[in-house]
Amino acid sequence: MLKIKIPMDNETKVLSLILSSVIVLMAVLSPNHFLRIETFQGMAFQLPELGLLSLAMMISMLTGGINLSIIATTNISAITAALILKAWIIPDVPASTDIWIVMIAIIAALGISVLVGLLNGFLISVINIPPIIATLGTMKLLQGLAFIITKGYVISGMPDSIKFIGNGKVAGIPMPFILFVVFAFLMAGYLNHTATGFNIFMFGSNPIATFFSGTNNKRVIIETYMISGLYCGMAAIIMMSRFNSAKAGYGESYLLVTILAAVLGGVKAEGGFGRVKGLVLSLIILQIMSIGLNLLGVSAFLTIAFWGLIMITAMIIHYILEQRSLLRLSTEKSEVESWKSNA
Amino acid sequence: MKKLFKYHETYLVIIIIFLSFIITSVNSNFMTAENMFDLLKSNSFIGILAIGTLLVLISGGIDISFAAIATVSQYVMALVIINIGGNIFTALMVAVLVGTILGMMNGVLVYNFRIPSIIATIATMNIYYGLLIVFTGGKWIYSLPDWFRNFAEIRLLTFHTSGGLPYGLSVVTFIWILIIIAAVVILNYTLLGRSIYALGGDRKSCLRIGFNIFFTETFVYSFMGLVAGIAGVVQALLIQTIAPNAIVGKELDVIAAVVLGGASLTGGKGSIFGALLGVALLAILRNGMTLMAVPAVWFEFLVGIVIIVSVGFSSYQQKLKSHKTSIIETAD
Repeated sequence: MLKIKIPMDNETKVLSLILSSVIVLMAVLSPNHFLRIETFQGMAFQLPELGLLSLAMMISMLTGGINLSIIATTNISAITAALILKAWIIPDVPASTDIWIVMIAIIAALGISVLVGLLNGFLISVINIPPIIATLGTMKLLQGLAFIITKGYVISGMPDSIKFIGNGKVAGIPMPFILFVVFAFLMAGYLNHTATGFNIFMFGSNPIATFFSGTNNKRVIIETYMISGLYCGMAAIIMMSRFNSAKAGYGESYLLVTILAAVLGGVKAEGGFGRVKGLVLSLIILQIMSIGLNLLGVSAFLTIAFWGLIMITAMIIHYILEQRSLLRLSTEKSEVESWKSNA
Repeated sequence: MKKLFKYHETYLVIIIIFLSFIITSVNSNFMTAENMFDLLKSNSFIGILAIGTLLVLISGGIDISFAAIATVSQYVMALVIINIGGNIFTALMVAVLVGTILGMMNGVLVYNFRIPSIIATIATMNIYYGLLIVFTGGKWIYSLPDWFRNFAEIRLLTFHTSGGLPYGLSVVTFIWILIIIAAVVILNYTLLGRSIYALGGDRKSCLRIGFNIFFTETFVYSFMGLVAGIAGVVQALLIQTIAPNAIVGKELDVIAAVVLGGASLTGGKGSIFGALLGVALLAILRNGMTLMAVPAVWFEFLVGIVIIVSVGFSSYQQKLKSHKTSIIETAD
């Protein structure tokens, strides 16, 4: 008999369960509004920013670190790009050089964000500052810098040529979503099929063992934070183009949500474990909940409270599953008892 | 003398003296008793939260939800004293009760389900704050009772400036001092304090020694909640209005101050004195910028520099030290 077996880890099982129940719940509660193509299109426009930022957070969490500077990095990159575009492109007068200037702006934004990543990586690996403090420091530094550059004003009125990135559609699929899918696959490929990707997981599980296996730990950390920065830069371009503006302090509420998304997606805060697949599932859950509750006319703050509740529920389910699998594996009951009290 | 330079606190004191010297040379108003008492009053809110945060950090955890807890307890306190009445003690009791319960929930989640503390408290922060806004509609409260307003003006010590204006040790600062004393006693003179350090140093050893980890961990988070409740009242006393969005967002500032003071995020390390110096450093920096007429936009930037340089300096030294003592070249 043919038996199709899809390999599913606990993580994916729990997430798929939550996802399907959320979809069914929304479809039952609000069938006329929820099950429409526009709803999903709207989602596809909103998801990518949070998605790219969560990927940036995820890769730093895989090494057992954290990157608190993602939002500040995003804003400083967006401001850089916006300043270049404003300075060199005359609005409403299309010129043939526009496309080059847009390219330069995008490269500048990505360049700045990678540089920030380099700084973070340097502080963490060479100077030896714990990641949470190092990135808290760069966060403050960049927030301050963004305020100093913009004096708190909004830089708005981007040229049309860049608006396509944030608002355009290819065959009915929003452009940001396409970018997100591409970058999610790139991240998955990088993590699962390159040596550095493998080392990132290793470092997260045990830095000292990784060192003794002949890995250059400093390089792994610096590369991790540079990639984390690169994804912030990508989010910056999409955000700037979608909002048609850049400003110090945009999207600050995203910071803690990216941690939630990553952890809900199965990324361990201690490092070493986590998959892009899980993260994407958890992002879709969060997005469906926020859109669905919005359609039901529920306050955005209740949605936030729900996110917290889901988070805790997922962690508790996790804990119970882990305990069970440990019970199955171990022959001695005392082992489990000691795990219970120690872990 | 040489021994002094082993402590992170020594460097902080040097930086603070150096900074004070610069500020005083630009504006002599800095080194006046009036300004100092004013600083002690306006920073008591951050200072109180820093004490709670320090205990959580020493135990090896982190709490992101204390700003939300402070907001919720402050709001409940305001609703109680406006609708039912009472005095400053009922206000404090209500806030402390609400804060402790919310903090205890964090502790239970962290202990019973092994949820990493940063995750558990981000989640509860969202829940506490989200529900508060849903139930209250995010309304500001302006109509605090008169006795509440008057209480904030009480001074335990009063001096007069040459112009005849009164200044002195505010009752708000006094609350802060009481909490500092309580925390010093707990950390340095009780078994509970030892168990907090032990828990942060090595969880397994702490358990084997026979400490009741459940009690210690729940205590730490409950204490954070208690302190956040008091901080909520103090903030209301200082500002005299209650805005649900006034405190949320300050979490990382407080943690930054405590970390500046030498507390380690991996746990087991940190002192009250250091945490207070961290708070003082940031307070003096902000105050000094105002006195030296530096535009306010530079503040965050300078805070970033101070964090990176100060923590970087001590981390780098620690790294060099561990290189010297290790037999083989180990990973960082």
